[in-house]
Amino acid sequence: MARRVVVDTGPMARVEGEGSLSIVEKGTGVPEVKLNIFEPPRFFEAFLRGRQAEEIPDIVSRICGICPVAYQISSLNALEGLFGVEIDEQVRRLRRILYYGEWIESHALHIFMLAAPDFVGVPDAIAMAKRDPGLVRGALTLKRLGNNLISAVGGREIHPVSLKIGGIYRAPSKEALASLSPELDRLRGSVQKMVAFLSSLERPSLERESTLVCLCDPERYAIDRGEIASNRGLRLPPSSFEENFEEYQVEYSNALHSRTKGGGSYMVGPLARFNLNYDQLNPAARALAREAGLKPPLKDPFQSILVRAVEIVHALEETAREVGEYEEPVRPSVPYKAKAGTCYGVSEAPRGVLYHSYTVNGRGQVERAKIIPPTSQNQARMEDDVRLLAPRIMKSDADEARRLSEMAIRNYDPCISCATHFLRLDIRKA
Amino acid sequence: MSKPRLGVFKFSSCDGCQLSILDAEDELLELLDRVELADFLEASSASAGAPYDVALVEGSISTEEEVERIIRIRKESKMLVALGACATSGGLQALRNWSRLGLFESAVYPEPKVARGLEKVLPISDFVAVDLELRGCPVSKAQLLQFFAATLRGAKPRFPASAVCFECKRAGNHCLVVAGGTPCLGPVTASGCGALCPSRGRGCYGCFGPSDDANLDSYTSWLSAHKVDRSTIGLLLKGANSQSPEFRRWIEKNG
Repeated sequence: MARRVVVDTGPMARVEGEGSLSIVEKGTGVPEVKLNIFEPPRFFEAFLRGRQAEEIPDIVSRICGICPVAYQISSLNALEGLFGVEIDEQVRRLRRILYYGEWIESHALHIFMLAAPDFVGVPDAIAMAKRDPGLVRGALTLKRLGNNLISAVGGREIHPVSLKIGGIYRAPSKEALASLSPELDRLRGSVQKMVAFLSSLERPSLERESTLVCLCDPERYAIDRGEIASNRGLRLPPSSFEENFEEYQVEYSNALHSRTKGGGSYMVGPLARFNLNYDQLNPAARALAREAGLKPPLKDPFQSILVRAVEIVHALEETAREVGEYEEPVRPSVPYKAKAGTCYGVSEAPRGVLYHSYTVNGRGQVERAKIIPPTSQNQARMEDDVRLLAPRIMKSDADEARRLSEMAIRNYDPCISCATHFLRLDIRKA
Repeated sequence: MSKPRLGVFKFSSCDGCQLSILDAEDELLELLDRVELADFLEASSASAGAPYDVALVEGSISTEEEVERIIRIRKESKMLVALGACATSGGLQALRNWSRLGLFESAVYPEPKVARGLEKVLPISDFVAVDLELRGCPVSKAQLLQFFAATLRGAKPRFPASAVCFECKRAGNHCLVVAGGTPCLGPVTASGCGALCPSRGRGCYGCFGPSDDANLDSYTSWLSAHKVDRSTIGLLLKGANSQSPEFRRWIEKNG
C-alpha cells in the first residue's frame, strides 16, 4: 500500500508556540505520528551560566509568557532550598495567591479561547462570542480576575516583578488584596454555569491507561511545591527526578521528549493532579466534579477541559480563603547568603510538573542549569494518544481527521515556547 | 470604510507580547470587532492571509527561516509594528550573541540537527523597515491599546521614550540610587511601565530598553563612582534589550 498523508496540520492554531502534527499511513498497520515542533530553540540553560543566582527568577520567567509565575516559583524553590532560606508564612501565601491567579488565567485562556472552539465547531472565541456573547464575556471576566490577582501581588500580569530570593520586594497591603474579594465572590457564585456549559459539549472519548505524574503536598492540592508522585506508586524528592525520568531527542522536534527510565511515555498536568490529589480538592470543586460526572481514576484525556474548569473552581475557593487569612508579612524578605552546591525545585505549572535544577558556585554564579517543562514531558504521550485515535482518524474525512487530531494535542494545552527553550542549534556562519 | 486587516505574527519569543492582546479582557471583543483578523495563529484557526494593513510582530530573528518569513510579511504589510523587547532589541535569547559557540555546544544533545540558526539573534529592524516599535518585556497593555485607538481612527501613535525617572517621580517614590545606593537603570530606561520596580523598592532592570536621551557613559560612570561595580552594571544591561544600539555599544566597549 502506498504512503498516504492522513493529516498534516501545518502550523497549528490555538496552541502557544509553533508546531505541527503529521500522521502518515505506511501500510504497516501502525501509522507514523509526529508532533513536529519547529519553533527555534532559545538556549536559556546556556546563557544562564555565569549569571548571578538572584537574577534567575526574572530571567527564567521569560521562557514563557503564559506561565511566568511557575518559572519564578520553581527556580525560587531550588535556590532558596540551597541557600537555606526560610521565607515568611505570609509571603508563601502571597506566592500561592500569585500562582492561583496564573492557574485561573491560563486555564480560562485555554478552555475558552484555545480549546472550546473545537468542541463548538468554530474557528475561534470571536466566532463563539457572536453565538453566545454572555459566555465569552463571562470567560474574559474570569481570565481578568486571574490577571488581577497576578498584578496585585506581582505588579503586572506577564513577567511579574515582585518576587526575589528570600521573599518579596514589597508585600501588597491587606486592603489591596481584599479589594479583589467582591469580584472573587461574584465569580465563585457563577462558575457553576461554566462547568455546566462545558459538560454539555459533545466530546470525543479515548479511554486509555497512562502513567500519570504530578506533585503531592500533604498540606494541599499541590501547586507551589511537593514531592514527585505517580499512579504507579512512585514517590520521590525533587532531587531524584533525573534518576527516574530521562529526556531524549527525536529528529523532527526542537523539543526533547521525556520518558520514565526503562519505561514509556507519561502524562503531567490537570488530569494527573485530579487523579492523584482528588481528596485534597476544595469541597466546592469536588461537588462540581461530581455533578459533571468526574471521579478518579479518569482515563480519558478529552476530559482535561472539564478538569481544568474544576481546578479553576478550586483555585477561586482557595484564593478567597487565602485572601481572607492574609496579614501583611512582618518580614517581606529575609537576608540570605549564597552557597555553592546543586539544587532542585519543582512546582505545578498550569500544564504540569516544572522541574528546575541549578549548580551554583561560591560566588553565587550559576554554573549549570537544567529546566524540564511540562510540555516536553507530555510530547510522547500526545503522540501516543494520536496513535490510539488513528483508526478513527483514518476513517474520517479530511476536516474531521484534522479536527480530531488537533483536539488530541490541545488536550494537553501544549506550550511550545516553553518546550523549545533549550537544545542545540546547528549554527551556520552568515 | 472597510475594516483594517490585522495580522499577528510570532518569531523567537515567549508568546507574552501577543498574549498581552488577549489580556485586554475589557476591550478585546470590541477591538476585534473593529478589525478584520486576517491572521492570528495563537487565537484563531481561520486564516485569510495577506495582504495586511497592520502586522504586529512579536519575537526576534534567530533562524534563516525567520529571515525569509519576516521579509515576506514586510512585503505583504502596509504598516509593520515590532512588539516588545525581542522584536525591538533582541530579547533574552540574544544573549547568546556574546557567548562563545562552544559554550552552547557543550549543552549538546545526541543528534545535532535542528533549525538553521543564524550566528546572531537580532531585532526585526536589522532585517526590514519597521514603522513603529512598542517597547517592553512584555509590552505595556496600555500602550498597546493606545496604539489601536490611534491607528483605528487614522492618527499616528507616538510613544516618546522619556526615562523611567519621570514616572517614578510622579509616583512620589524616593530615589533608590540616591537614597539607598540600589543599582537602578531608571535614568536610562524608557518609560511605559509606570515605574513598576522602583515603586516596589527594587531597581529598574531595563525591560523597556534605552530612553530617547539615555547617556549611558555618564550615568554608568556616576554609578561606578558610587560603588556599583562595572560587572553589576554589565549584567543589568545584558537583559532583554541587549541588542538596542545604546546598550549594545556599552556592552561591547566595557565587556
